[in-house]
Amino acid sequence: MHIIVPIKQVPETNAVRMDEETGTMVREGVAAIVNPLDLYAIEVAIRLREAHGGNVTALSMGPPKAASALREAIAMGCDGGVLISDKAFAGSDTWATSYVLAAAIRKLGNADLTVCGERATDGDTGQVGPGIAGFLGLPVLTYVSKVDAVADGSVRVHRLVESGYEVLEADLPCVLTVVKEAADPRLPTLRGKQKARRADLPVWGPDDLDVEKDKLGLAGSPTRVVKIFRPTVARQCEKLPAGSDAAIAAAVDRFAALVRERGVG
Amino acid sequence: MAHEGVWILAEQEAGRVQRVAHEMLARGRALADKRGCALTAVAMGSGLRDDDLRELTERGADAVIAMEAPALEHFLVEPHAACLAWLIQKRRPEVLLAGATTTGRTLLPYVAVQVDAGLTADCTVLDIDDETGGLLQTRPAIGGNILATIRTPTHRPQMATVRPHSTKPASRDRKPAPEGGAGMEKRIERLAAPAELLASRVRRVGFAAAEEEQSLQDADVIVAVGRGIKRAENLPLVREFAEALGAALGATRDVVDRGWLSYPHQIGLSGKTVTPRLYVGVGVSGSVQHLAGMQTSATIIAVNSDADAPIFCVADLGLVGDLFEVVPALTVRLKALRTG
Repeated sequence: MHIIVPIKQVPETNAVRMDEETGTMVREGVAAIVNPLDLYAIEVAIRLREAHGGNVTALSMGPPKAASALREAIAMGCDGGVLISDKAFAGSDTWATSYVLAAAIRKLGNADLTVCGERATDGDTGQVGPGIAGFLGLPVLTYVSKVDAVADGSVRVHRLVESGYEVLEADLPCVLTVVKEAADPRLPTLRGKQKARRADLPVWGPDDLDVEKDKLGLAGSPTRVVKIFRPTVARQCEKLPAGSDAAIAAAVDRFAALVRERGVG
Repeated sequence: MAHEGVWILAEQEAGRVQRVAHEMLARGRALADKRGCALTAVAMGSGLRDDDLRELTERGADAVIAMEAPALEHFLVEPHAACLAWLIQKRRPEVLLAGATTTGRTLLPYVAVQVDAGLTADCTVLDIDDETGGLLQTRPAIGGNILATIRTPTHRPQMATVRPHSTKPASRDRKPAPEGGAGMEKRIERLAAPAELLASRVRRVGFAAAEEEQSLQDADVIVAVGRGIKRAENLPLVREFAEALGAALGATRDVVDRGWLSYPHQIGLSGKTVTPRLYVGVGVSGSVQHLAGMQTSATIIAVNSDADAPIFCVADLGLVGDLFEVVPALTVRLKALRTG
């Protein structure tokens, strides 16, 4: 099986500093990690390779330092990685990102399965997995909590929805987005880290892909961020001690009153 | 032909229109009124009920489009997307809203690619720009630590998903239509889905209902339990409290990682995002990744023995004490209120 795992490098911490003047976020000095849900996607892909043979290629669109995320994926067990990087891609929204990643997947060729993490912790949209499938003209199964089986050119999964789990079967090739329940990510091994250090990571730009230049980056993105701001903290916490019996009784009174006041329960 | 009109996706499951559709009607009505255009509800399914569709008009839709086929009974991305894209291309709405449910978050990005539209996920505020008439879409990012306002300058329709339970459902107006037909006549249009749109390379072969009666995302009230509970054996006291409050039970990542509750209970960055009317955290410290999943709840109450627990920074009311004393006392009071 040929499995592709698009991954994203994201800031380690969600504590963000803002440049008040320009209304933009300050990312310098913040450590970068592989998007946590992508680790689950990598694990799912590696387990499928272990069961069915083949190879797993990690793919990432980002600045040059995103290469370290690809090396982490290789250290976990991916067979190789490709970095999609160029100034032309800067400022891409999820539509433009999906467009480019789909072009890269097409160039890699013959993918049976593309496995993504359900969403990234910074952008938090969950749109790129379905977007990639849309551009590839393939079905997408989202919120996959378990890959049950791959057989006879199809994959069977459990999909976690609000009311329970759907059991779905999809023809290959297709795209999956996975949630935490799908698999426990393994740790990188020493041998994996050595392999990752030595790995040759191709870097592809717009000329390496079959893409239209006017669909790239900020200019190619249908959506534009107009402003970024901090939410105003509207809440004042009324903190009540609840140590003694008397204090607990008073706190319970206040709880009941607040619940009634807010029209709940 | 220019793009015109606000559409909302009236999500349905097995023939019944879901509550999130009424929330979208409230959002859509406000936008349509400001933009000076019509509001249309679009439902795709099988065996859609007359009264459900009529209710959409009673709750604010000027028109309803109901596209039906057995293949649309349950959500499968390809036939639903093909039908929605077909409708969009024929009728050219200017705005399309859907709930940010598992369906909405899958269907809309897929369709956005097919119809070359801009999409913003998980919006908390939607407005019409006074100058341009364009849709202003505001949403949280970075775990809710910042808000971003987004526009879609030229691509149409402008699409957005809205977090479920962040809007009061549009109320039902039972007044009869005015005499003389001064307003728009409400139209319910039933269409058979064109057969060529219904191909699906995905098949639904089974379904297992969730073990909890109430799904977290549909719950008005949630009690979340954290590591302060110390042992799985102590869960019954929290369950009793949740039951007395009429709440669904949620959990932090710590509790799920320890196997005390299953993953569908998990609230946070790698779990669910919830927006209930009331969230009560019991023994929850309030890690950044947990807060990201619940900090937009309407009312937040926390019980924790540590006065400096970060959860109190986002709470309206904090009870600083031993949960093993406080929670049973709360349960007793709640039970008395119910019987009294």
